[in-house]
Amino acid sequence: MVTFILRRLLLAVPVLLGVVFVVMLTIDLLPGDAVTLMLGEHATKDAVAKLRDHLGLDKPFLVRYLDYVGRVVRGDLGRSIQQNRPVAAELADAWPATLELTVAALLIATVAGLAAGVASAVWPNSFFDALARLGSLFGLSMPIFWTGLVLIVVFSLWLNWLPVGGSGSLSHLVLPAVTLAMPSVAMVSRMTRSAVLDVLREDYVRTARAKGVGEIWVLGRHALRNAFIPILTLVGLQSGQLMGGAVLTETVFAWPGLGRLMVKAIFARDYVLLQGAVLVFALAFVIINLLVDLSYGLLDPRVGRQG
Amino acid sequence: MDAWGRFRRNRLALVGLALVLVLTAAAVLAPWVAPYDPARQSLIEKRAKPGGKYVLGADEFGRDILSRIIYGSRVALLVGLLSAAIAVLGGLVFGTVAGFTGGWLDAVMMRAIEILLAFPYLLLALAIVAALGPGALNTTIAVGIWGVPPVTRIVRGSVLALRETEYVGAARALGAPALALLGRHILPNIVPGLIVYATLFMANAILLEAALSFLGLGVQPPTASWGLMVSTGRDVLLVAPHVATVPGLAIMVAVLAFNLVGDGLRDALDPRLRGAA
Repeated sequence: MVTFILRRLLLAVPVLLGVVFVVMLTIDLLPGDAVTLMLGEHATKDAVAKLRDHLGLDKPFLVRYLDYVGRVVRGDLGRSIQQNRPVAAELADAWPATLELTVAALLIATVAGLAAGVASAVWPNSFFDALARLGSLFGLSMPIFWTGLVLIVVFSLWLNWLPVGGSGSLSHLVLPAVTLAMPSVAMVSRMTRSAVLDVLREDYVRTARAKGVGEIWVLGRHALRNAFIPILTLVGLQSGQLMGGAVLTETVFAWPGLGRLMVKAIFARDYVLLQGAVLVFALAFVIINLLVDLSYGLLDPRVGRQG
Repeated sequence: MDAWGRFRRNRLALVGLALVLVLTAAAVLAPWVAPYDPARQSLIEKRAKPGGKYVLGADEFGRDILSRIIYGSRVALLVGLLSAAIAVLGGLVFGTVAGFTGGWLDAVMMRAIEILLAFPYLLLALAIVAALGPGALNTTIAVGIWGVPPVTRIVRGSVLALRETEYVGAARALGAPALALLGRHILPNIVPGLIVYATLFMANAILLEAALSFLGLGVQPPTASWGLMVSTGRDVLLVAPHVATVPGLAIMVAVLAFNLVGDGLRDALDPRLRGAA
């Protein structure tokens, strides 16, 4: 098990290096001079030279890349250009909010998606099944920034139940979490439906039923447990979707997280901060998928033995 | 049964096709079907409610929302089509190179693709647009790059599979160049898969363009883009909710339409892909 974890952690290194490389390269390919763009056209020559030097822009790309990676390894993410604070501090302020939002959304997506998917599979082609499948089609087609605005109109403006935006209490969390979860609920319920339907056709399910095992037990013990592996993989992949969606959701609800910080960094042309934010997202993505891989071993005894 | 016969029996796919045709007609015929000039402002009628003179109401500047949605379909479809073209062409080039060359180049390309596929794309698209600067063309490029890795995988997979078949071996032995092999033997085999992928990609491309424009990093004002319309409507959400919510419906309908057609095409053209992607 330990070697399995170590090997997976080692595999994550090229992913993170690759992400930093791609992001730095895109920024490097920027048409025009990044520094002039950052400081505006009326910046003094002195200021431009100073910032160029600060960013190390006079060095070749590969040198800068290795330099950055070396500093990141030592925990130094640089200073944000706009706020002149350490990037690490800015990120540390923002990430708990994003974590809270995405975990809440992931929980909603898993619980609601599983429930709808299992119900659809147990009663295929029923009215509920049709409704759930239509719902998931819409869930996948709705732009989440729009879903968020519609929810605000209904629950804040018309019903006056929940706050329009901001953070701080559970009531602030409800709308953004539901908004962010929507496409994932659709994906998870689709996947659960087909996974459970597949398992219910298996011989061992027929055997269990034949020997008189109750339907609830068949579902819980045999069907769900085996259907869980593909569902779990999807949930891991969905976490990536959720991070992308978090950028939009946080913007809609003025949620003080990493996504909003990233958008702000882009508008302020604060590339040091932008790189740091992308790196944190990538790291989170790698860790979540590592956790997903590890939990296979818990669910399916066959996985651990081979590892 | 032929593909069209199978497609026709799928009612939802037909609904999707009808919607796609309506959208296309709206985009092509925009100047003739739009009731007003999409840029015409009328400040005394700003935020006019739906119904009456403006069927879907007017926005913050008193511009007719219906006309702007009709013109916005041009942006959505154009960005979608062009980015799908970028995805397919890029994927064909990379997939063929990886499949035919093999060796370390293939290995490096495949690892790079895995990284790109694994990473939440909106974040990379943001980085690309942040670097290139906002605008319709740069949005198209950022969206198109997103589609390259999956197409590369599809193309490479079938190049690898077909490379080993006897007829391709025979063609090679006769001295056919790689490009001829690609055109005559490999392409016909992957066209159905690519059509399915491109259709489903259109749905996601429209969503991504809308998202980037909503953030202010995509298509720039005063061009009528659906995502941008939602974004400007957001400022007056609490006084005039229709300004933001109505254009969002257009995004949903367009995405739904391409998803339905894509699902229908997948089932009709390539049953093996059922459940994939």
